[in-house]
Amino acid sequence: MGKGVWIVAEQREGAFRKVSFELASTARKLADQLGEEVSAVLLGSGVEGIAGQLGKYGVDKVFVADNAAFEPYTTDAHAAAVAKIVKENDPSILLLAASAQGKDLAARLVGKLATGMASDCTDIKIDGGKLVAVRPMYAGKCYGEVVVSGSPQMASLRPNVFPVVESAKAGAVNKFDAGLDAAALKTKVLEVQKETGGTIDVSEANIIVSGGRGMKGPEGYGILEELAGVLKAAVGASRAAVDAGWRPLKDQVGQTGKTVSPNLYIACGISGAIQHLAGMSSSKYIVAINKDPEAPIFQKADYGIVDDLFKVVPEMTKECKKLLAE
Amino acid sequence: MNIIACVKQVPDTEALIKAKPDGSGIVEEGIKWVMNPYDEFGVEEALKMKEKFGGDVTIITVGPPRVMETIRTALAMGAEKGIHIDDPSLYGADAYATATALAAAIKGIPYDIIFCGQRAIDDDSGQVGAVLAELLGIPQVTIVTKLEVADKAVKVVRPIEGAQLVIQSPMPCVVTAQKGLNEPRYASLPGIMKAKKKPVEVKNAAALGITAESKAKVVKTVPPPARPPGKIIEGDDPALKAATVCKLLREEAKVI
Repeated sequence: MGKGVWIVAEQREGAFRKVSFELASTARKLADQLGEEVSAVLLGSGVEGIAGQLGKYGVDKVFVADNAAFEPYTTDAHAAAVAKIVKENDPSILLLAASAQGKDLAARLVGKLATGMASDCTDIKIDGGKLVAVRPMYAGKCYGEVVVSGSPQMASLRPNVFPVVESAKAGAVNKFDAGLDAAALKTKVLEVQKETGGTIDVSEANIIVSGGRGMKGPEGYGILEELAGVLKAAVGASRAAVDAGWRPLKDQVGQTGKTVSPNLYIACGISGAIQHLAGMSSSKYIVAINKDPEAPIFQKADYGIVDDLFKVVPEMTKECKKLLAE
Repeated sequence: MNIIACVKQVPDTEALIKAKPDGSGIVEEGIKWVMNPYDEFGVEEALKMKEKFGGDVTIITVGPPRVMETIRTALAMGAEKGIHIDDPSLYGADAYATATALAAAIKGIPYDIIFCGQRAIDDDSGQVGAVLAELLGIPQVTIVTKLEVADKAVKVVRPIEGAQLVIQSPMPCVVTAQKGLNEPRYASLPGIMKAKKKPVEVKNAAALGITAESKAKVVKTVPPPARPPGKIIEGDDPALKAATVCKLLREEAKVI
């Protein structure tokens, strides 16, 4: 069994994604309990300059490989590089983000490193020197505690769940050669189509304002977008709304959509089908607004309002604007 | 074109899932088992591809005897044949062990493309497709919402946070299917009748020449953390109730 808690930091266009700091902070906590060091792998093109930022969140060493082949992300290039440096250093624990990129990379690494991984964890601890990962299963209808007997013990962490904690360490930069074999880079990103309007993805939002069948149609979402705008929130949707074509698929929250854990989830006109509840009941606070007092969503809600959402939501927008201006 | 679709049988999304009191798993009594919804998108895409380019579709699954029903469902949708890997050592296996079994079964047959669901809605791990691709030494394109085939390569659309990527991969490759890829067909009555006669091979670990060893184990299954009882904000005036909830979110919950 190796030593050291490692993370794979995630950056896009030369800036760390927040989840990288969540990974670093969590790794620090685990490493302190084990009496080990925290190391990070950083891949990209022209990213050496940002590597040191990880020191602020408890990273002792950053292993940086700089190569044009790392941008944009491809599984082939990133998995080969991470597997190489991890095999050379034999850490005990390897953490990645359960982001779009992290999920793709982490799963390939499970194959390359011939180990096991707990995916999309919401809690993680050390027990008897071993990693114990806690993760929602069945979209959150129950939780599993997972122990990994392979090496390294891998886990991917759900973004926005683990706190960012400052803890100054060296963040010493070690450059390494990823030894990429051009012939092994088989997939190619032909195009990156960015979404316009700077909307926040539901999987990364601190606050989600979500609408269901009660929105009555796509135009109903206007009031949710206004409230979301004030709260810097993402707009989510139930499966009913997505299947009706009112909202894009990427906004769907639930068992066949995204499972989310924001600080605040405001459910508007969502009755609370079991698949939807599974996908959002790990939110820290839940507000439900629904005309039907019997709607199952109220059983999960911290605060409930039984009323017409078309009357309540615009008033909330006004009130939030006022409160946030104070 | 030789197309493979890997499927898993999972509890229906409507199912109430309860952890066993001793934490050793979930209560399986009364659960209705279905094909994992993401695997259905994979099977549908496989069938569409066969209809366009010719060839056949092989369904592979790992699990206890009950999963034969899921293979039959895929055969009724239009796939040609099935492989059922049934070995107690693989029941509830992790991604590495499951992919090892799938890879062993696939190595013996020709293939141009392999479909998997992007994740199974039971364990929600989302790893098997990528591990399988690694074990077969072929590329992966994961969480795909659109797919085109041209010149022994696939061009896919993969949504990420705030963007969509258009990715090209040579074939053979593993594609993991996301909702949006297509609308899975229902099995027709003649399809269901025909499916009963289609060949399904049953193999155990020894026949595949593997020993399955799960490296990630669920040591305890527990109910989700209990939520404290909530409060209903009473009153007749929507504006007043809206103001109250905002104040609570600000001062009590401190989330806005």
